Amino acid sequence: MAAISQDDSDAVVIIGSGAGGGTLAHELTRRGIKVVLIEAGARQSLETFSQVPGDAFAQLTWLEPRTITGTSTVAQDYPTLPSWTCKTVGGTTVHWTGATPRIRPWEIRSRTTYGEIKGASLIDWPVEYSELEHYYDLAEKRMVVTRRNGNPGLPASNHFKVMYNGAKRIGYKRVHTNYMAINTKPADGRGLCIQQGFCVQGCKTGAKWSTLYTEIPRAEATGNLDLRVQCRASRIEHGDNGLVTGVVYRDPQGNEQRQKARIVCVACNSVETARLLLLSESARFPHGLANSSDQVGRNYSCHTGGFVWGIFDKPIHFYRGTTLAGIVEDETRHDPTRGFAGGYHLELAALDLPSLPLAGLPSTMWGRDFAFVLEHYRSMAGIFINGEDMPRATNRITLNSNVKDSFGLPVANIHVDDHENNAAMRAHAQKQAKALYEAVGAIRVVHSRQTPATHNMCTARMSKDPRDGVANPHGQTHDIANLFIADGSAMSTPGSANPTLTIVALALRQAEFIAAQMSARNI
Amino acid sequence: MTPKNLMQRREFLGATGMLTGLIAAGTPLALLAPGRAWAMDLHALSSSEGATVMAVCRTIAPHDKLDDAAYALVVQSIDGDAAKNADTLKMLRDGLGHLGPAFATATESTRVQALTAIESSPFFKTVRTSTLGVLYATPMAYAYFGYEGEAFSKGGYLVRGFNDLRWLPEVPLADSGPVPGA
Repeated sequence: MAAISQDDSDAVVIIGSGAGGGTLAHELTRRGIKVVLIEAGARQSLETFSQVPGDAFAQLTWLEPRTITGTSTVAQDYPTLPSWTCKTVGGTTVHWTGATPRIRPWEIRSRTTYGEIKGASLIDWPVEYSELEHYYDLAEKRMVVTRRNGNPGLPASNHFKVMYNGAKRIGYKRVHTNYMAINTKPADGRGLCIQQGFCVQGCKTGAKWSTLYTEIPRAEATGNLDLRVQCRASRIEHGDNGLVTGVVYRDPQGNEQRQKARIVCVACNSVETARLLLLSESARFPHGLANSSDQVGRNYSCHTGGFVWGIFDKPIHFYRGTTLAGIVEDETRHDPTRGFAGGYHLELAALDLPSLPLAGLPSTMWGRDFAFVLEHYRSMAGIFINGEDMPRATNRITLNSNVKDSFGLPVANIHVDDHENNAAMRAHAQKQAKALYEAVGAIRVVHSRQTPATHNMCTARMSKDPRDGVANPHGQTHDIANLFIADGSAMSTPGSANPTLTIVALALRQAEFIAAQMSARNI
Repeated sequence: MTPKNLMQRREFLGATGMLTGLIAAGTPLALLAPGRAWAMDLHALSSSEGATVMAVCRTIAPHDKLDDAAYALVVQSIDGDAAKNADTLKMLRDGLGHLGPAFATATESTRVQALTAIESSPFFKTVRTSTLGVLYATPMAYAYFGYEGEAFSKGGYLVRGFNDLRWLPEVPLADSGPVPGA
């Protein structure tokens, strides 16, 4: 690993080491570019991942305070944890479930496809689908995705057998063990899936792709990476010419440090990416960096959904096996006759016993109804609804100066008012999931409300017109040529696919662009 | 430990109350517990307040066959929070005072009615969150609810029944994938 001087203004500084930042760091360093990778969290490993659910949550999760306002039920159910992201080397690729469906062609043309929708801020992506497909191919090869490139699927667990048979009985056609960045056999220097069911706690065989043990060590091996762990960025600085010049961060001892930079790439996951841009306000940029459009933090999108639980009178043991290895793709289409625009995936989902009551059931549920669900832990099945969230300009990240983080900086406030399209989609998905379970003999079906978002997107979105977004099709901000957005914040709309694959694909594409621009001395 | 030196220990630790119980024989918990009789010191709440908190926990999460010893861990956690924070203790005392001493022995429907009336109070939310956070995260709960926990140390569920369900048809290979080693 390289030691890069804090005064080295040739360095590319990437903030955040997850799907976007970790992948970008590897792609740039392997092209001979020096990268300082700043990561707020500590570095874990296959050996140190905790196997106690509560401890694993504490080990990996971003627990600095955030606040939430708006009519979303998340504000009532999870006021202290309005979104669920990571603070660890590898970012959310440590706790993700490995599901890698693609965004669909019409989803990147949602404004054109769905038309004008009241109260929504849809735009078309400024990228051609054929171009995105090319990078999806590259990303799927790199991540060794099942059911792509001739790779077999994951085997069917007990839990998937329930989903599969129910789905087929109600007429669904496209039902399988999902596209997963999880090894079915040893590959890429990583082990195979032994169906532990502890995907979210950090995969101890490394079967699940994570930048922690793929992109980051490979970047280190180039000799061009300086990874600084437990360092939290607080501000991006700029010069008189309006270009960014470096990043201010706190080191593990809490002391302020400054790293000079030729280029800064922000990849802190949507909530913190927007917060950092807003925190970097200056006399020249009084509303934060890259925010002349007033779009930074706006259009905050998650996925519409929540859990649906089928309760049976026969054993299932849904916690045994790969957590998300099951998908119904049939509802991922635009069909307004269902009463809403866009579509959704139904995905297999299990929760460990300690997490089920906290994360899987609404806060309004207690007493006999609640106990009934838990008493059937051995014989329940779960579906996670992953639907396209309708973006709104007023669903946004702002700074909350009334609440400060451990360094005394304003925390992010997340404001979410659920769009009526989401409510209609969620109701449809809950009805379909209920029918699916009843088709295989469920004695009862219950559902959660919206859960804290693991999929946070679109807060610094790519747009063709600089007035509609923050970045161009390469994630380069419209306002500042050497400032890039390198995570899900840059997605123009959320689509209905779990976002990690798309973030990796965009990072691969962005790395080519940055390297070419650097060679041409354009930035 | 004899009752006498148990009392001395309680005074030494400044105990404010105690919960006691006897684990029913033949339950999963009996296999895990070192002995059938248990006693737990409280450091902020009185014995009767502790008993009322336990009744609130049992009303929020009524698992009839789950032993009091499992709920006592929730009370211990709530009592520990109250011992550390005077505001928390006051909030708990206010809530318990509102419910009154008869709550612990009232019928379930009476208890449900009383809690429904205070569902949005900080007292109810705090006790509910603690109940959910503590009750299901213990070895007792794993045994009772049938959760087998981590499997990495045992080779994963790949060799421990991840696909042993037989009451539904198998999934065609095209929609799933081969089982490693099968």
